[in-house]
Amino acid sequence: MSEISWGLWKLLLNGIWITVQLTVYSAALAAVVAFAIGLARTHRLWIVRFVSGAYFEIFRGTSALILMFWIFFVLPIGFGWQLVPMWAAVLALGLSYGAYGSEIVRGAVKAVAPAQREAGIALSFSPAQQLRKIILPQAWPGMVPPFNNLLIEMLKGSALVSIMGVGDITFGASLVRNATGQSAPVYTIILVMYFVLAFVLTRGMRVVERHAKAGVGQAPQKREGLRARMNGGQVNDFARSGATPGGGAAQ
Amino acid sequence: MKWDWNAVSDFMPMFWHGLLVTLEALALGAVLAFVLGLVWAMMQRSEHAAVRWPVMAVTEFVRNTPLLVQLFFLFYVLPEWGLTLSALTTGVIGLGLHYSTYTAEVYRAGIDGVPVGQWEAATALSLPRARTWFAVILPQAIRRVVPALGNYVVAMLKDTPMIFVIGVLEMLGEARQYSAQTFHTVEPITIVGIAFIVISYPASLLLRVLERRLVR
Repeated sequence: MSEISWGLWKLLLNGIWITVQLTVYSAALAAVVAFAIGLARTHRLWIVRFVSGAYFEIFRGTSALILMFWIFFVLPIGFGWQLVPMWAAVLALGLSYGAYGSEIVRGAVKAVAPAQREAGIALSFSPAQQLRKIILPQAWPGMVPPFNNLLIEMLKGSALVSIMGVGDITFGASLVRNATGQSAPVYTIILVMYFVLAFVLTRGMRVVERHAKAGVGQAPQKREGLRARMNGGQVNDFARSGATPGGGAAQ
Repeated sequence: MKWDWNAVSDFMPMFWHGLLVTLEALALGAVLAFVLGLVWAMMQRSEHAAVRWPVMAVTEFVRNTPLLVQLFFLFYVLPEWGLTLSALTTGVIGLGLHYSTYTAEVYRAGIDGVPVGQWEAATALSLPRARTWFAVILPQAIRRVVPALGNYVVAMLKDTPMIFVIGVLEMLGEARQYSAQTFHTVEPITIVGIAFIVISYPASLLLRVLERRLVR
């Protein structure tokens, strides 16, 4: 690994910064899209549900990479809109992952007990108040764990922008590879970088989850982490499914 | 917006060829992901920590790192190690390996869902371990997770364009090549985008039906 000089390391470090920026901005856009489309899909007017459902199916149905190509190459030629590569990348990632996120929002909102909404109506809350004060605070804790998975997917998806020439980690790696003529060291290094970023994001979302659950008076659920599973194996599974040590009458 | 129907008809032969390659990569990648995922899931339940630990660490690592970088890794590093494969083979291995870490989780959930009494009954009948897995546990576990596995096939379909970066001429690769030759970019990219929607939307509808049938 000694062949990677300080100047080349700087390329990779700059790449990390770009990747982090991309992930943050795309996540912000995706969150806006997810809530807007997800809530619109539970709207009482069929036309709103239809339009938002069409958005969901179209952006979920196509590939993020194709969408990125479309925004990079078709928008400028077809419509005359030329975006800065970074923002075009954010737009592509945010719009497509926002569509996935809308399903999370929709599911969590649907999972709130109907009596909660009815109580809101009985107290003559306006629909916006019901949403803001009753539905969303209860739906939010359920959204956090799937949002975490989506965030990791988005971090991984951000590598696609290197194909468009945005200088993220993967792009830096291809430059380093050209400079050193060796592939194994640099690609191993950046795989570890992505893994560490994903790990940090997961830890951060755990904190958000604990906070969200505390907000509605739920104790944080004890989830089996990777280490518990590694140590536990089958023994834990037996314990969890409630089998008694005495025999097989657990079912 | 300029839309040239001549370019569309010009592109179609390349498109059909690309579609074939995409479906080929998808089918082979899916088979690999199903088989490898099952292997990971079973190894994660091994009683030897020396088997469990490495498998869990590797699957976790592969799942949390980008497929694109893994493809580059396979494409550039395997030849350095003296293993030269065709671009399509490399792409299939990359897709299959990446998604096997997802299917492993799906199988794991399915296996966890098999009532513990089934394991105990197999022990009581002193079935050998292999027969317990293949005759008792897996038939019950897999039936339940077929729709979830199908969802990952659709997800994999949407990741197949990535293998164009290592030179596989699937749909996106053909579209890029066509636009490099003729400077028509709008039509091929749009057609490929629509093709993905046309394939994946009915597939997800089908999976919803399957889910109602199989998961009770």
